[in-house]
Order: sequence, then structure tokens, then C-alpha cells
Amino acid sequence: MADASPMRADVIVVGAGPAGLAAAHAAATDGARVVVVDENPETGGQIWRASHRAPHPRARALLAQLERDGVTTLRGTTVFDAVPPGSLRAVDAGGHSVALEAPAIVLATGATELLLPFPGWTLPGVFGAGGLQAMVKGGLDVAGRRVLLAGSGPLLLAVAAALRRSGARIVALVEQADRRAVRRLAGTLWNRPAKLGQAAALSVRLCGVPRHHATWPVRAHAGGDGWLRAVTLRGADGSETTLDVDLLGVGFGLAPATRLAQLLGCELDGDRVATDDLLRTSVPGVHCAGEAAGIGGVDCALVEGAIAGHSAARRDDLALRARRRLRRERGFAAALADAFALRPELRELPTSDTVVCRCEDVAYGALADHRDAHDAKLATRCGMGPCQGRICGPALRFLRDWAADRVRPPLVPVPMAALRETLATTDSTP
Amino acid sequence: MPDAGDNLRVTIDGTQIHVPPRTTVAAACVMARATRRSVAGEPRTALCGMGVCFECRATVDGRLDVRTCMLHCRDGMEVHTGG
Repeated sequence: MADASPMRADVIVVGAGPAGLAAAHAAATDGARVVVVDENPETGGQIWRASHRAPHPRARALLAQLERDGVTTLRGTTVFDAVPPGSLRAVDAGGHSVALEAPAIVLATGATELLLPFPGWTLPGVFGAGGLQAMVKGGLDVAGRRVLLAGSGPLLLAVAAALRRSGARIVALVEQADRRAVRRLAGTLWNRPAKLGQAAALSVRLCGVPRHHATWPVRAHAGGDGWLRAVTLRGADGSETTLDVDLLGVGFGLAPATRLAQLLGCELDGDRVATDDLLRTSVPGVHCAGEAAGIGGVDCALVEGAIAGHSAARRDDLALRARRRLRRERGFAAALADAFALRPELRELPTSDTVVCRCEDVAYGALADHRDAHDAKLATRCGMGPCQGRICGPALRFLRDWAADRVRPPLVPVPMAALRETLATTDSTP
Repeated sequence: MPDAGDNLRVTIDGTQIHVPPRTTVAAACVMARATRRSVAGEPRTALCGMGVCFECRATVDGRLDVRTCMLHCRDGMEVHTGG
């Protein structure tokens, strides 16, 4: 079966964000045949997501480079199964199976937003903060709409600035961390002119937007049409305010996307994929770079991508050289994590009837008597729906200290025809 | 052909709307105020915007459970949210 024979390469990169694109470039310059696979219709990942008007300039530049490098890029292609060391199964946008084989894999699967459940968070009109920005880049018209951004982290500022530019009225920007912690972080930027410049530019673009610290959303209210109408905020001093809004973007930071790594058998270190100096995981031939290996931001991801790409192409000398740039970026990431650490009061966000698993509509109270994610899944179906616990899993890690549950294929719902094609491929592989 | 410049014509739950090229189907659904029904019957729409949560899934041109945030609108597309 010619159609079912796998696509072969020296290095497969999963994820076409900054880490993946940097890894592909590094491996290709070392002479490796590289295939990049990404589930999005456009490359660039989330931070370099193309808007419906234009591609992101940095993604476009790296992509042009990859074209010169002779790298094959498969867009709209989602990996749903993996057999170590180097065999991946994916499904393309048309629902057809794609098999990939390589002796080395770089996982650059990025992160998901940490979305914590609170009463009303399932209402239409409530989005992740990065999610809302992605929707606007996907053409959602927010001109004149009242938008509240809440949760934690620098992403909220970037989203607020971008949405304001798209014509939204930012009602308020609400950060759960204390103002003092955020100021302390700003104080560490003195030797980082580029980041200091970004922070200053954001402040200018957010001029006039009401900013609150040590404050978080506790309830979202529906209007007569069932869509979001208002959000109640609570301050650390116990005071509550309710704001009328059309849209809420809410995110409490990022969680590494580790499911493919787990399926390959890679060990985790807390919530991230465990890696060594050369970004090798515990599974030989499998490397991991960028947010999946620990939240660090775009500059960190670019350096890690280069390290993992060289390492996957068996140029450990070049990987070690690239590593010198990493320490500084990791230091900043640690300061960021410290400044925006989530306050324990947020564990009280869901009430017993708040839906935690949105796929299966499992309420928080139904999980009370269970000791871990797996136990809860068997008893309540929590984490068993189409998203396979990718939203409730990280939330329950924070709320209940539950480690990620084991991962089984398929990683995403796949058409039966694609599964059949996969079996045909497996049968024809010697 | 669509009537508004180079806009695309998309039908969502029977209602026709016009959107610019490269608009995602999820964004079009929100602009049309179209919602899905959850297992327990609650109205839902896109949450993560990036293919993680599956809240925006819909039937697109007969294909079931498509993550509409990962798909661009095409002229003449038919979307059913089941809401």
C-alpha cells in the first residue's frame, strides 16, 4: 500500500511555534532531513499566531528560512498516536491518516492556558485570555465591546493591548498577584533592555485602563440571552465589585502540554517534561524544547529549540554551545513564576456545583471523595470527554494537587477511517 | 458569489453571515451567537481558541466534531452547532 507507507525523516519536530521552528532550523543546518508537524492551520504557534489579516512577521521570517533549509512542514496535522522510539501517527485536516518515522523526535508541543473553574466560567462569552486573543486573530470582531481581562501573568497585559488595538473597550485588567510582587519583577528588568522596552511599550498602550492587583474573578453572570453579562471580582481584602461586560478573557498562567511526551513514555518533572542539558527526555531519541519542557517564554523557547534541534541531529557540540544562552533566559522565567505565583485563595474558586470537567459536566463536589485524577475519572467520567482532561487536568493539579493521569491513544478524537488507515500502515511496517 | 466585497458566505445553524477571508469558523459562530449544547444541556461556545478544549466543536459540511477554532471559513460552508 503505497499511500500507507510512512513519511521518513532524520528528525520529526512536533509543534511549529518558536521552539519547533528553531529546532527544525538547527537540525536542518546540521544536514538532517526534517519534517515539522503542527495541528494549526498556520505555523507560528500561539505567540506568533497569524491574524486573519497577516502572518506574524517573526514566524514568516523563520518559515522562509525553513523553506531554504528544505524542511517539510505539515500544517493542520494532529499527532494522535506514537510508538517509541520514532513512529508517529497523525490525522490531517481532511481526516486522513499520516504516518511519520524518524530516529529522532523533538517535542515542541507548547503549553495550554491554565483555566480555573469558578461559578459562571462555562457561560458563552467567557474565554481563556490567550483564547480570546486567538479568537480575535481568527476574525472575532470586538470593536466597541466591553472586555474584562482577569487572572494572572504578563499574557493578560499583551492581550489587553492587542484587543484595545482591535477596538475593544478594556473595562479592567485584573491580576491576582500582589502589586508589590509585580513591581519587584519589574525591578529585575534593568539588565534586560529588550524586555524593559516591551514592558514600557505595553504600559503606554494600556494607559487609562483600570488596573487591579490582588483581585480575581469569583462569579460570571448570564444575561437574559444566556450570554455573559457581568463579572464579580473579589479583592484580597474581601471586598467585591461587579462589572458589566460583554466578554471575559481569563487565564491563570500556562501549563506545559505534556500528553504526547507521556504517551511516548517520557518522565515528567512536576508538570513539565523532564530533560537533561541537551534537552533529551528519559526516552532515547526523544527531545523536548520550549514550554512543554518548562514555562519560559518565547526567548527561552528559541534557545531551547536550537539546543534540541542540534542534539536531535547528533551535533551535541553545537547544542552545548547554544546552551550558554539559556541560563539567562531560565533565570528570568524563574523570576516570572515567582512574581505571578497563584495565591491559595484561588483554590476556593469552584463551589460544589461548579462544573470542573466541561466535556462531561462533572461538578467539583462530585470529586470531593476521590483521591486522584484516575480514581475520579473512573467514578465520575471527569477528564474522559473529547479534550481528555486537557482543561480540567491542570486545574485539578492546582486545586487538588492531583498529578496528570495516564495517557492513552488516540490523543484526540480521530475519524474511524483514519484509525483503519493507521492499522493498515502498522500491518505493512516490517 | 458573496455580496460584501471579498467576504465569504457561511451558514451557521440556518443563518447566513458574511465574514472576511481567514476568519476561523469558531469566530464566525461567536459572531452569529451560535452555541453548542453540553452533555447536561448548557449553552457553550469556544473557550481556549486553540484546539485544546473542544468546546467549539461542530458539524462542518457534514463532518462531525470538527474543532472550529482550527478551521478557516470557506465560501458556502454549512455549520451546525447542534445547539
